[in-house]
Amino acid sequence: MNSDLTHPSHPSRPDWLWHLGVVAAVALWWMLYHQLAPLAEWITGLLPVARHSHTGEAIAFFLYDVPKVMMLLTLIVFAMGVVRSFFSPEKTRALLSGKREGVGNIFSAGLGILTPFCSCSAVPLFIGFVSAGVPLGVTFSFLIAAPMVNEVALVLLFGLVGWQVAATYLAFGLGIAIVAGFIIGKLHLEGWLQDWVRDIHSGASASTQIAGESMTMIERYRAGTQAVWEIFGKVWLWILLGIAMGALIHGYVPEDFMVKIMGAEAWWSVPAAVIMGIPMYTNAAGVIPIVEALLGKGAALGTVLAFMMSVIALSLPEMIILKQVLTYRLIAVFIGIVGSGILAVGFLFNLIF
Amino acid sequence: MTSVKVYGPGCKRCETTVDMVRDAAAKLGLEIEVEKITDPKSIAMAGVMSTPGIAIDGTLVHAGGLPDKTKLEGWLSA
Repeated sequence: MNSDLTHPSHPSRPDWLWHLGVVAAVALWWMLYHQLAPLAEWITGLLPVARHSHTGEAIAFFLYDVPKVMMLLTLIVFAMGVVRSFFSPEKTRALLSGKREGVGNIFSAGLGILTPFCSCSAVPLFIGFVSAGVPLGVTFSFLIAAPMVNEVALVLLFGLVGWQVAATYLAFGLGIAIVAGFIIGKLHLEGWLQDWVRDIHSGASASTQIAGESMTMIERYRAGTQAVWEIFGKVWLWILLGIAMGALIHGYVPEDFMVKIMGAEAWWSVPAAVIMGIPMYTNAAGVIPIVEALLGKGAALGTVLAFMMSVIALSLPEMIILKQVLTYRLIAVFIGIVGSGILAVGFLFNLIF
Repeated sequence: MTSVKVYGPGCKRCETTVDMVRDAAAKLGLEIEVEKITDPKSIAMAGVMSTPGIAIDGTLVHAGGLPDKTKLEGWLSA
């Protein structure tokens, strides 16, 4: 394709200006980020409420957490947008199609984080993988990891709860994706796909090349900025609502209120959290501020994490999308295995922490 | 007449892509026929794994995310 030479994209802005702009933006980000806490205190101080009253606590919490989370999100989503521009479902499929189960599941879960994925293309992606000879279990590892372990969830956990919990979520989210995919692979459920999906097996060519695509570094920056706009458009309202809810709980709900219903002693709270999470469908942004506030009031970490994983990874709308390619039996197995994994994580955490 | 196919299950981005294709063609003064493919089976058969995908005269030129405006014009006039 020589058309790239005859159509230089956006000749007006030189490359170095972009590089410089990115560096300057990161520096500015760094300075601003470290001023957030004093800034929030200062603004709260200006308001006609006592700093240590319920209202004062709630307002200070809100004023600090909202900009903090928004800034963290901007940086990480931009970085992930740039990183993801190096990956595509086509490349990932090519990497996975020769892999055997086991190693394949580990690769697949990892690539699930890095490959750009939107749940609206879950079906074509599923078919694309399976028809190219990616084993069913390996495909499932990808489909479990991609929505569950995402940068929005990790940023929010890191920013609101702490890096330890974020790292644990990452490790156990990947663990569930790997193990659940491995088990599904071992069960040999290929026969439980919808008929037409099995027929397509031989039909589609595995080596689809997309003719027009190749990216410059500047275009990767653009991909990053585009990701920031897109994610913010989707989650900003959830973050505001979530943190506002968190602030209310933070300021008004008495300490230890949650211990009885969501504490480690109440063993049934983990399965209850998982079951409650299935019909709920929101992105990580909507859940996590509530999660943080619950934790602060004595809810057990395992129970809260189980709830969060269930909301994100097991959702009814996604099941309805997958119904196009999977039979009900296979969906039931999928929910059963992933649900058990989440349960195990919940119990394990309540035991350890 | 150029035939353009836009692959996607009907999400917002797919609609935007269709509009972008029409705008680009209008700007270039090209006469095109745009077809929306929403059936998951047909999308998969075309080799599209991330939507929206664009095929021009049977050749797949783009998949995943909104296309770049300049590139889109390049593909259409090629």
